[in-house]
Amino acid sequence: MSHTGRNIVIGGEAGQGLVTIGQMLTKALIRSGYEVVVSQDYMSRVRGGHNTYSIRVHDAPIAAPAEAMDVLVALNQETVSLHKHELSESGIVILDAGLDPEGTRAVPVPFKDVASRPIFENVAALGVLGSLLGVDRPTMEGLVRETFGKKGDEVVGQNMKVLDDAWKWAEAHRASCAALPAPRGPKGRMMLHGNEAIALGALAAGVKFCSFYPMTPATSVAQELITKGRKLGVVVEQAEDEIAAINMALGATYTGAKALVPTSGGGFALMTEGVSLAGVMEAPVVIVLAQRPGPATGLPTRTEQADLNLALYAGHGEFPRAILAPATIEDCFHLTHAAFDLTERFQTPVFVLTDQYLSDSYRAVVPFDLDALPPVAEPDFSPGGGPKFKRYKRYELTESGVSPRKVPGFTETLVLADCHEHTEQGNITEDADLRNAMNDKRLRKGEGLRALCIPPRVSGDANPDLLLVCWGSSEGPVAEAAVLLRAKGRSVGVMSFTQVWPLDPAQFLPALQAAKEVVCVEGNATGQFARLLRQETGFEVSRTLLRYDGRIFTPKWLAERLG
Amino acid sequence: MDIEVYGEYKKTAWCPGCGNHDVMKAVRQALAGLDLAPNRVAHVSGIGQAAKAPHYIDLNGFNGLHGRGLPPAQAIKLCNPELTVIAQSGDGCNYGEGGNHFLAAIRRNVDMTLLVHDNQIYGLTKGQASPTTPEGQITKSQPDGVRNAPFNPIAVAVAMKCSFVARSFSGNTPHLVKMIQLAIQHKGFALVDLFSPCVSFNKVNTFGWYKQRCQELPEDYDPTDWAAAMQVAQEFGERIPIGVIYRNDRPSLDASLPVLQKGPLGRQPVDRDGLRALMQSYT
Repeated sequence: MSHTGRNIVIGGEAGQGLVTIGQMLTKALIRSGYEVVVSQDYMSRVRGGHNTYSIRVHDAPIAAPAEAMDVLVALNQETVSLHKHELSESGIVILDAGLDPEGTRAVPVPFKDVASRPIFENVAALGVLGSLLGVDRPTMEGLVRETFGKKGDEVVGQNMKVLDDAWKWAEAHRASCAALPAPRGPKGRMMLHGNEAIALGALAAGVKFCSFYPMTPATSVAQELITKGRKLGVVVEQAEDEIAAINMALGATYTGAKALVPTSGGGFALMTEGVSLAGVMEAPVVIVLAQRPGPATGLPTRTEQADLNLALYAGHGEFPRAILAPATIEDCFHLTHAAFDLTERFQTPVFVLTDQYLSDSYRAVVPFDLDALPPVAEPDFSPGGGPKFKRYKRYELTESGVSPRKVPGFTETLVLADCHEHTEQGNITEDADLRNAMNDKRLRKGEGLRALCIPPRVSGDANPDLLLVCWGSSEGPVAEAAVLLRAKGRSVGVMSFTQVWPLDPAQFLPALQAAKEVVCVEGNATGQFARLLRQETGFEVSRTLLRYDGRIFTPKWLAERLG
Repeated sequence: MDIEVYGEYKKTAWCPGCGNHDVMKAVRQALAGLDLAPNRVAHVSGIGQAAKAPHYIDLNGFNGLHGRGLPPAQAIKLCNPELTVIAQSGDGCNYGEGGNHFLAAIRRNVDMTLLVHDNQIYGLTKGQASPTTPEGQITKSQPDGVRNAPFNPIAVAVAMKCSFVARSFSGNTPHLVKMIQLAIQHKGFALVDLFSPCVSFNKVNTFGWYKQRCQELPEDYDPTDWAAAMQVAQEFGERIPIGVIYRNDRPSLDASLPVLQKGPLGRQPVDRDGLRALMQSYT
């Protein structure tokens, strides 16, 4: 396989079934032992428009989507017209024999002959793709059986026949497309995207309550918990709005139930007063903020990293918070798990800041080892402590700033959670000295958070001439761009931040200062993280490389601009 | 339960003569009568003068944001069904800032009680019109008289078939105690809109004004008759009916969630075997 692997793109209108074909092919590839990076590009509509589902497949680990298309499955003419110039040198187009290949190297499939009815055309396309790429046939058959099993033997049989006919038809055309090399990855891996991994991480941490208002690209976090988490004892409530969602979550954590609120920028903007409430009430809550381009409705189904400042500064007043920014699907799981521990431990809001690209990007992931996970902090469910039927010191002034958090109903003492400045018992106060003491106490928790902050991941050349700084989902494309640059003889390192707040300069400032050139790569227009670095360390990056057209970073796009 | 167990707070931020003092007395009596231990109750509020209630009674308390008392109150019940959940706040908090939550709570029908201290004015912000201020009433912020038609919480709640709708008056303690107790005992979302006059900023809807108008519904009134309740809900003039105006026995949301049969969610362990099986479903 070439060093970039093979890029398979399925294009068509919403409602034509391109996601179904894409997901089934992805699963077949993962089951066979290939590595994949899926990127989904769709428009904000239910039917029509132009969408693509891209699978970059490789026999070795990969971390980013590719640009050039090696196999384009065109479900309509528009797909051919839009993408014919994006085909790689050996790229082919698989399309219905009735469509115009527009001068491309095409494999016209007589879908009408292969599939007796249009409803079977997706499986026919899958058969052709599987055959041309040399996917293990029993794997594909097993998948078709699983997918249609619920609909009964007759439907399974019909689909199996279509798969068989399509496979046979394509065998005659195999010369047009080189088969994939043998897979090398392990079997038994999950096909998982970022939001699914976040839901699993939350379940592993013991999430019990999720309140949400649907918003792309965050909805699938809640949907996973509804579809699969309910069996594990999670209550998921679709709230009337995002304001209700976050305030419900604070009610949930008051009872000791771990709570999650998934949203995107516009919905999160509505939650900001609730974030402030969590700050003063010292209520745990994990907020998953899946970014998409703004302002306002922006490009609702595309990707961006422009809500860092929003997460950093949301909520009036001053209180500590932590912001974790996963770069990989594994990060989505582990950092969500870690977010629950941090929010329980420090009783202050913790964010998982992700984006549309990572939310929707399927990869092959080894099932997580639950026994290897560190324990997650809990409130004090014990019955003892505190005066009977009187308020205990919910906001006791302590050295660490963390006060004992008891749970109403589990004890005879009373728990008063409050939104004002308050006494140690939670009662309203306007006393100036107490105000200072309480504010200082809350801010001391920020020091505890800083002491635990996750250092950036550093890879590539040691002491590089060029150090690429990135955060969140850009890591994969940036790391692969570094490989391309090193192939041209350059000395390149990568520093990837998976926690963007708080920062501990001792963990990374020496490396920044040692590099000849530092370029900060971000999916926004103003270099928000570069500014944050300067604010916190005084260090100014040599330059920023920014993308804010709603499209995903690719190694090629980056390498071209990094020369 | 001895009423003393809920404490008595002489120092409050409420004006002398404010209806809220009487409401708190009625709440204590109602809880004592139902034998509810202070630690078995979660008392939730928003912001406003009435919303300071959690600070003036010994119960578990959650004093949240303006207009946002209902969302945490419902979540508390959905996470720990063993707690009795009572929310208190004013007309501005529930019908203005929190209007959407009020409508959603009626539809969601979680087993909890909402006590709305309705004084038809904004007290804490010093005298602006509230959603229930009558049309034409002159206030500091509406010097030409209120132009908006008033919100009728009873009519809205009955129209939406809210599972329990009552009205009462802080000046009639026995009645108010009874309404609070019936609301708490009702298995579903229970609204008690209770008049609690503001002595500082509402010179129209005074104690005397309510006293003259509030009349208990006749003994033979049937609160399960929805059409009759819609009629009663329109009455707001020389006579204002008080009592249980409407109720039904629609099952509450919390009662329909099997996971809650196992007790409070917070204490339920992570189902690791279930999670391992779940991960297998992605392979």
